[in-house]
Amino acid sequence: MKNTQEIFEHLKIKFGDSVNSLVTGQPVEDYFSVSPNDIKNICLYLRDNEELQFDNLMNLSGVDDENGEKKTDEDGNFTIVGGTLSIFYHLESTSIRHKVTLKVSVPREEPFLESVSEVWKCADWHEREAYDLFGFFFRNHPDLRRILMPYDWEAGHPLRKDYKNPEFYQGMKVPY
Amino acid sequence: MGLLDKQFNDGNIVVTKVEDLLNWARLSSVWQVGFGLACCAIEMMATSASHYDFDRFGVIPRPSPRQSDVIIISGTVTLKMALRVKRLYEQMPEPKYVISMGSCSNCGGPYWEHGYHVLKGVDRVIPVDVYVPGCPPRPEALLEGLLKLQEKIRNESIVKKSA
Amino acid sequence: MMFVEEKKDLNKSGLRTEEMVLNMGPQHPSTHGVLRLELTLEGEIIKEVRPHIGYLHRCFEKHAEAMTYPQVIPYTDRMDYLASMSNEFGYAVAVEKLLGIQVPERVEYIRVIMAEFQRIASHLVALGTYGADIGAMTPFLFCFRDREKILSLFELTCGARLLYNYIWIGGVSHDLHPEFIRLAKEFIPYFRPKIKELNDLLTGNRIFIDRTANVGVLPLETAINYGISGPNLRASGMKWDLRKDDPYSIYHKFNFDIPVGKGLMGTIGDCWDRYYMRVLEMEESLKIIEQALKQIPEGDVSSAIPKRVKPPVGQVYARVENPRGELGYFIISNGSVNPFRIKVRGPSFVHLGVMNELCKGHMIADIIAILGSIDIVLGEVDR
Repeated sequence: MKNTQEIFEHLKIKFGDSVNSLVTGQPVEDYFSVSPNDIKNICLYLRDNEELQFDNLMNLSGVDDENGEKKTDEDGNFTIVGGTLSIFYHLESTSIRHKVTLKVSVPREEPFLESVSEVWKCADWHEREAYDLFGFFFRNHPDLRRILMPYDWEAGHPLRKDYKNPEFYQGMKVPY
Repeated sequence: MGLLDKQFNDGNIVVTKVEDLLNWARLSSVWQVGFGLACCAIEMMATSASHYDFDRFGVIPRPSPRQSDVIIISGTVTLKMALRVKRLYEQMPEPKYVISMGSCSNCGGPYWEHGYHVLKGVDRVIPVDVYVPGCPPRPEALLEGLLKLQEKIRNESIVKKSA
Repeated sequence: MMFVEEKKDLNKSGLRTEEMVLNMGPQHPSTHGVLRLELTLEGEIIKEVRPHIGYLHRCFEKHAEAMTYPQVIPYTDRMDYLASMSNEFGYAVAVEKLLGIQVPERVEYIRVIMAEFQRIASHLVALGTYGADIGAMTPFLFCFRDREKILSLFELTCGARLLYNYIWIGGVSHDLHPEFIRLAKEFIPYFRPKIKELNDLLTGNRIFIDRTANVGVLPLETAINYGISGPNLRASGMKWDLRKDDPYSIYHKFNFDIPVGKGLMGTIGDCWDRYYMRVLEMEESLKIIEQALKQIPEGDVSSAIPKRVKPPVGQVYARVENPRGELGYFIISNGSVNPFRIKVRGPSFVHLGVMNELCKGHMIADIIAILGSIDIVLGEVDR
């Protein structure tokens, strides 16, 4: 069993600067950040290393950090420019029984990162959901389509904080 | 509808109006589309199961809309589902009836404000005969809704279309 | 509703065969809601299953961002509407972890009793509808008869049959009804023989075994890689239950076993095993309820309910054992009264992802058996 700090130091030796900014001491959960290009390699390492054995991806959640510049134009349309979108990976080892949380941040305008669906199969649908609701683009994902919203939904990604709902969808009025 | 019961004693002859007879036949066997959407579908299942026994009103779930008289919209209709609901309704033969069960299909329910993917009321895509309020309605409420529908069918006329 | 589209292909012997794409759902009596499966068939053999979900996407996560913490509870009810109590329980555990509240012991007991009753009720629906899918109507009626008894206990407690809004942050909305303990104690000897009845009706039924044994086998390796949890994982042979392995609330105080799939009728991890896990779990839940009813202390149930829920900046991932598996809430707080982000890890969502793996190479009629055995609730898949 290792805690987040030990796992962080373990990875730091192996991957250097791709692993950074460990956050501890905030209420409840420690996590550290990982570079978006190395996430797949790091996840593979976390799964296959003898001392780590993270064989279970519990959760993968997209987050809109809302840390960009907020703009409201004359018509009252609210947009956010710049800043980041993040993904949190919650991993668990069913054999060693330790857990770790990773964070990957990508720029809001270019939300590209590596897919981990080859490492854990369940990431496939989680990533499709993150694409659908936030607009992350996962490189090397086998089937990156919308999953919850209709395939012909054109109004963008609904869980972004600056999302604006359309008036009509296929002739049906959307707002109340 | 008292006619049928009263006059049945004398030599098995019944004198009644065609309209009454048709309406009586229709309202006593409203078959529903076996079709559930969300939470209310569980209450609909509970209504058709042992304790509440929907069958005694002549309501039998049919797997195909082409064999059914009534569709119970039991749950939230989302935008992705709305067109399918409409198509199901269109596939049903006339005369057909719609019971909207629960707040979600009446008006969007708890999802009315932030539900970016929820249709705020199934009556935006298909006409509704009976609205059953509740989130979810109790089985008794659904039974009451069915009785209301039967009342409506009883007063129908084959000559003039009811509004 | 069926819709056929053809692809032309040549097989090894040079004969022209045609692959068929068949859509099952969204209106189909056996899909347990509004799920659409796109099947690629070669004759009657399934080559690929592609589930299309989202027909019940009710925007839970967007709502959660607009509501205050206590206001989110009714929406959690509506996700997995067969196990509302367990959903509230999970949410309450997560927010309490964020706030650092200790809840009174009586509240913990009440929560455990409710969650275990909910587990039985949920499994009854799963087993009943599974029987109905396979072609046995009687178990459905029997299961719903017993479920009504549990629902009336819930109704006695909080006034609602299906969606309760009962477990609040730091407490529960009402104390138990004075009659509750007596009625709950009466339920246990009533229900034990019913499990045996169900076993006689369905579990050992030859037709049922033929439809489910050796069908849809899920090997343990695959199961873990796909993130499967709950009864489905245990059916594959892993002793893993969050109530024991990552204890929350007061589950460490109770004696109960974790049933594991043994492949009694076929292979470990087949549909029959998954079905039988739920039967055994009902028995274990009864054990927990029995002990909890004996030990439950007196006390106030609302003393720890905070007047204003305003957690500090931070984040938490808390998970509980829902009847279907691991239900996780990932909550980020930015210090305001509204959650910044709530992501729900629904077990049904994850379990549905393994459909393709399970169905490949089986006959088309087996899809019904497999889909029923993984026991999904579409409200939670789509949220």
